[in-house]
Amino acid sequence: MDFQLTREQQLVRQMMRDFTENEVKPIAAETDKTSTYPRDTIEKLFDIGVMGMIVPEQYGGAGADDTCSAIAIEELSKQCASTGDILATHNGLCCGPIMANGTEEQKQKYLRMLTKGHKVGAFALTEPDAGSDAAKGTCVAELQGDHYVLNGSKIFITNGYVADVFVVFAMTDRSKGTKGISAFIVESSFPGFSVGKHEEKLGLHGSPTAEIVFTDCIVPKENLLGAEGKGFKIAMQTLDGGRIGIAAQALGIAEGAMEESIKFAKTREQFGRPIAKFQNTQFVFADMHVAIEAARLLTYKAAAVKASGARFTLEAATAKLFASEAAMKITTKAVQIHGGYGYTKDYPVERMMRDAKITEIYEGTSEIQRVVISGNILGK
Amino acid sequence: MAEFNNTNLADFSGVWVFCEQRQGKLQPTVLELMSEGRKLADDMGVELCGLLLGKDVDGMAKELGAYGADKVYIADSPLLETYTTDAYAKVICDTVMEKKPEIMLIAATNIGRDLGPRCAARLHTGLTADCTHLDVDVEKYAAFLKEASTLPEAQIDALDRSDRNLKMTRPAFGGHLMATIICPRFRPQMATVRPGVLKKSEYDEAKANAVVVEKLSISLSEADIETKVLEVVKEAKELVDLTGAEVVVSVGRGISKDVETGIKLAEELASEFGGVVGGSRAAIDSGWLTADHQVGQTGKTVHPKLYIALGISGAIQHKAGMQDSECIIAVNKADGAPIFDVADYGICGDLFKVVPMMIDAIKAAKAAK
Amino acid sequence: MKAIVCVKQVPDTSGKVAVNPDGTLNRASMETITNPDDLNAVEAALKLKDETGCKVVVITMGPPPAEGMLRELLARGADEAVLVSAREFGGSDTFATSQILAAAVKKVGLEDDDIVFCGRQAIDGDTAQVGSQIAEKLGVPQISYAADIKKEGNTVTVKRMLEDGYMTIQAKTPCLLTCIKELNAPRYMSLSGIMDCYAKPVAVYEYNPLQDDPLIDPPTIGLRGSPTNIFKSFTPPQKGKGKMLEGADKATCETLAAELLKKHII
Repeated sequence: MDFQLTREQQLVRQMMRDFTENEVKPIAAETDKTSTYPRDTIEKLFDIGVMGMIVPEQYGGAGADDTCSAIAIEELSKQCASTGDILATHNGLCCGPIMANGTEEQKQKYLRMLTKGHKVGAFALTEPDAGSDAAKGTCVAELQGDHYVLNGSKIFITNGYVADVFVVFAMTDRSKGTKGISAFIVESSFPGFSVGKHEEKLGLHGSPTAEIVFTDCIVPKENLLGAEGKGFKIAMQTLDGGRIGIAAQALGIAEGAMEESIKFAKTREQFGRPIAKFQNTQFVFADMHVAIEAARLLTYKAAAVKASGARFTLEAATAKLFASEAAMKITTKAVQIHGGYGYTKDYPVERMMRDAKITEIYEGTSEIQRVVISGNILGK
Repeated sequence: MAEFNNTNLADFSGVWVFCEQRQGKLQPTVLELMSEGRKLADDMGVELCGLLLGKDVDGMAKELGAYGADKVYIADSPLLETYTTDAYAKVICDTVMEKKPEIMLIAATNIGRDLGPRCAARLHTGLTADCTHLDVDVEKYAAFLKEASTLPEAQIDALDRSDRNLKMTRPAFGGHLMATIICPRFRPQMATVRPGVLKKSEYDEAKANAVVVEKLSISLSEADIETKVLEVVKEAKELVDLTGAEVVVSVGRGISKDVETGIKLAEELASEFGGVVGGSRAAIDSGWLTADHQVGQTGKTVHPKLYIALGISGAIQHKAGMQDSECIIAVNKADGAPIFDVADYGICGDLFKVVPMMIDAIKAAKAAK
Repeated sequence: MKAIVCVKQVPDTSGKVAVNPDGTLNRASMETITNPDDLNAVEAALKLKDETGCKVVVITMGPPPAEGMLRELLARGADEAVLVSAREFGGSDTFATSQILAAAVKKVGLEDDDIVFCGRQAIDGDTAQVGSQIAEKLGVPQISYAADIKKEGNTVTVKRMLEDGYMTIQAKTPCLLTCIKELNAPRYMSLSGIMDCYAKPVAVYEYNPLQDDPLIDPPTIGLRGSPTNIFKSFTPPQKGKGKMLEGADKATCETLAAELLKKHII
């Protein structure tokens, strides 16, 4: 067993640190305050091949492994969880399912767009009445000659109003429940595609979340991803992968909050000495460290199991559950360490705390993770 | 190995200063070097010479004399009117090989730092860059160490009093360390000296009138010059003269919240004293101020009468460039900021709130005077 | 056509700097980075590669772990790297270093239309000497403080910064340019660069491959061949702590103004 990152993974970390320090950190507060999609940052991430990094070289990517992708998301999220989210969605939820299920033609066309083509990807599963319970979806796709016609809407779609390529799930046969769900690759330029409401959120203000609406949306037949009826399986597989990304994002947020808190605790003096000299503060840092270390090991392990080709549902859910709850606890403690300052926007920890909350909710709530984990342990 | 340097070290005598001029104007820092060179030459009991290259530059000799030069060697040629590495290095190396000075000082300007190493490499001798202190006399060096170092006295007292090498002291590793460098086996001992660090002496009319001028006969042709200067442009924008300023108000990372206002406040505060605005490395690296504003190890060294640090934490690199200021005021939000360790007056607070009040208080104090 | 870049791995003096009790730098405890100005030199070379398709070779002298830095530069887009590393080269000052690096450049092969790029200066010594000295040893023209570079055929036109403006200078290749921060913004390593960098060649020049060069003579390299020696190194004393003024309000500023008045600064 080897706990060392490979030399490539180490370089990815170093490069991403460099990038985050120079490109992300200086604008993170502003991105949050103005709820602006960090377009320039994402363009630069395309330039250096981080967007779509897991895509094999023959389709325009770098062929990086899942751990590299997790590291990139982690490093970005240390300063800006929104940027981490955009990358996690693009890599894990859009490139991922096309890589795993796409035809050669689909891979050639869409993976190239999602890498060299600088097109942003998204994933559209959730509906107003179908969150974790996908079988209740009302978005339908009907085959009409050489194309499908999609009708319905999807909500809470990350990258919703900036993405060009969507992996969309719709019912091709409502009578079959989850077995009637199919996956499609939908471009935002297809007729009948429109963007609905932009969500205003507690956190992740830089991550563009929106409703997307299909009104007799024409999707060519060849854009069916996988076979008809395989959509639910694709969605679940994809979410397993996506959860590693969210675990990495949560890990990054937690690390960022701890770094900020250390800096603050060492300089903030109360009662004649830095607050870092009080055992009460020291113990908080000890607990933060333990949680972060555990979250990192779980996350990288899940990525390594995925890369090995083995089933990783349990590992991904475990990592996501632990890392997201650790991030929430750590960011809350970070605000506490900062005292009154922590509650103000002069320090980034309040933003980190708001950003952390979503990691316990999206891509399967903590409750769903517990369902997945216990189900895997106990059997159905 | 250059042949002339295989000879006896004792053949070399005299202290030389390269007198950099641009467009017919002597660089002011040359006078600092000349003043320092005078002290070294006196300690050694040798002649102090200026080496002046250019076209129609004879008029500068008198001023060089006034600050200490016994003699000025002048190389006059149209090919020397504008600095080129090739022409200057050739004339200087040829002259040095012929006349054999023991010490050669060059101002550490962009030109001096281009020229110095090229010459040292050709002459096969050592060059110490960007020196901030020079000594030949060991007593004086020992006194300097007692003042400026944390070395134990016993170690300083144990120095060999007969040592006659030029002891060239410079900051290293971003100012965390000071190193004294010697060049014991080759001559001349060459140093580039940081502008603004050494003190200029008083203008001496008698010395000015007594200066001896010697025109050099040089061998230099177009063919010797491999680089062609197409144009020399004086930057239209007023470059900040940080080193000469009596008051410097510097800004750092602390203005990031509102860069424009931060700089405006610094300018207003500086104008109350007729001072200029500088910046820490963070302010320059972030692109808030241009590189010529930078105070610190990699920027300019300043020792104004008053230095005001606004939102500068006081990284050691920054302190290296300003801690010798006569009076230092620091405003910073973090009360543990290292800048307060060197400040005469520290105010722990938000500069955006404190500075306007400070400006008002200074205005009031001036009015009441 | 080649762009040859000389780079140095340096301790990161922007972070925590550790000093040993004897006044020397505790290098082991410090992070190492590629010297910042050298990254501008690498970027200048990579830009030339983008325009002309030329080959970019990076050279460094240092201990074997400096290979890590070379891999990073390969990941940024350089094609080949050379690590100059031998016990005989240890302790070199700028003069001796330039002898060795010039010999290494010659071994890589300096052709008519090649350019050698260096950073202006390294943050550990801040001497800005090695570039000019390599140029002298190679017998090629140098242009230092390059803030803009254009190459057309065998002619290089450079904007060379001065404190009070700039010069525009032309030189023929081969020549050596030293690069400053204002020249460009160094690119990041790319993902595909990272994935490829361990497959690219890194040549190691020990003493033997270079020893036939006339520049590599024991009296001109290493500690023994260095004209300059360190006579003393020491840490400067800390200035005594000043006075923290009470509060940060109007009264505080008035107290300060009164003090400045007393000191005749106002």
